[in-house]
Amino acid sequence: MNARELLEIADDELILGWRDSEWTGIAPSLEEDVAFSSIAQNEIGHARALYELAARELGTTADELAFDRDPGDYRSAPLVEQRRMDWAHTIARHYLYETADELRLEALKQDEDPEIAGLAAKMDREEQYHRLHARMWADRLRDEPRFRQALEEVWPLALGVLPAEQRAALAQRVEREPVAAVERNGHSDDLRELWEEMTMVRRSVPGATW
Amino acid sequence: MIYEVFRQERKGVAFAHAGSLDAPDATFAEAFAREQYGRRQESEALWVVSREAIHAVGDFADELNKTYHRVDGYSLKAKLKEARERAGTA
Repeated sequence: MNARELLEIADDELILGWRDSEWTGIAPSLEEDVAFSSIAQNEIGHARALYELAARELGTTADELAFDRDPGDYRSAPLVEQRRMDWAHTIARHYLYETADELRLEALKQDEDPEIAGLAAKMDREEQYHRLHARMWADRLRDEPRFRQALEEVWPLALGVLPAEQRAALAQRVEREPVAAVERNGHSDDLRELWEEMTMVRRSVPGATW
Repeated sequence: MIYEVFRQERKGVAFAHAGSLDAPDATFAEAFAREQYGRRQESEALWVVSREAIHAVGDFADELNKTYHRVDGYSLKAKLKEARERAGTA
C-alpha cells in the first residue's frame, strides 16, 4: 500500500470522525451521545495513526497532513463529507461505511508492510464495536421509511469508499444491488466549509508549536 | 427501559454496582454498557441487568430499636476509652 492509498483511508477517518462529532451534545439520548462521540474520537485516532505512517514515507508530519493541505488535496470520499444529515441518514452512512471499512481492513491486514498490517489489526479491534453499534441501529430502524430512503440515497456514495474490485463484496454484505458509485474525485462545498472550521485554530498562528 | 450495570474490576473480586443506563433493549444496553464501563480497560467483566429483573427489598422493621442484633449496635469505643482512663493507660 502506498502513501496515497493510506491518505485516502486516513482522510475518510478524519472527516467522518469530524462529522460524527457534530452529534456530540445533540444525539437522541445521553447514552447514544456518549457512544457516538466515542466512535467519532476513535475514527480521529485511526486517522492520526494512518497519517503517521504516511508522513514517514512522505517526509512530513501527521499534523501537517491533517491540517495544512488545501481542501482540494484531501482524498476523502464524498460519503464522509456530507453535512447536516438527520439521524436516519447518519445511521445509514454509519452502517454502510463501517461495513465497507470492514472489507477494507480485511485487505489491509494482509498488507506486505508489517506496520500497516499491524495497525489494521489494531484498528479492526475497535471497529468491531463500531460495527456492533451500526448494526444494532440499522436493525432497529430497518422498517422505518425514512431510514430505507436514507439507505437508498447514501448507497452510491458508500460504494465510492472502496476500490472497484471490493464493491461487489460490499453489495453482497449489505444485501443491495450494485449501482454506479460516486467516486473520490472532486469535493463538495461541504468539505470546504468543514475544512475552514477544522483548520481555523491551526491557521490562526501559522507555524506555531502548540 | 432502565438497565443496571455491575462491574468487576479484576478477576476474582466481587461485582459492584457501577451505574444505570437507559436503553431500548438488551442489545443497546450491552453496547452502551461496553462504552461507558469497558472502554478504558477499567472492567474485567460486566453484568447488565434490566431493572425490572431486580427484586428489591428495603423494608426492614426495627421498631423496638434492638440494635444489639447488629454488629454496629454495641459501641466499644467509648467504653474502651473509659476503661483506659480508669486504668490510667489512656
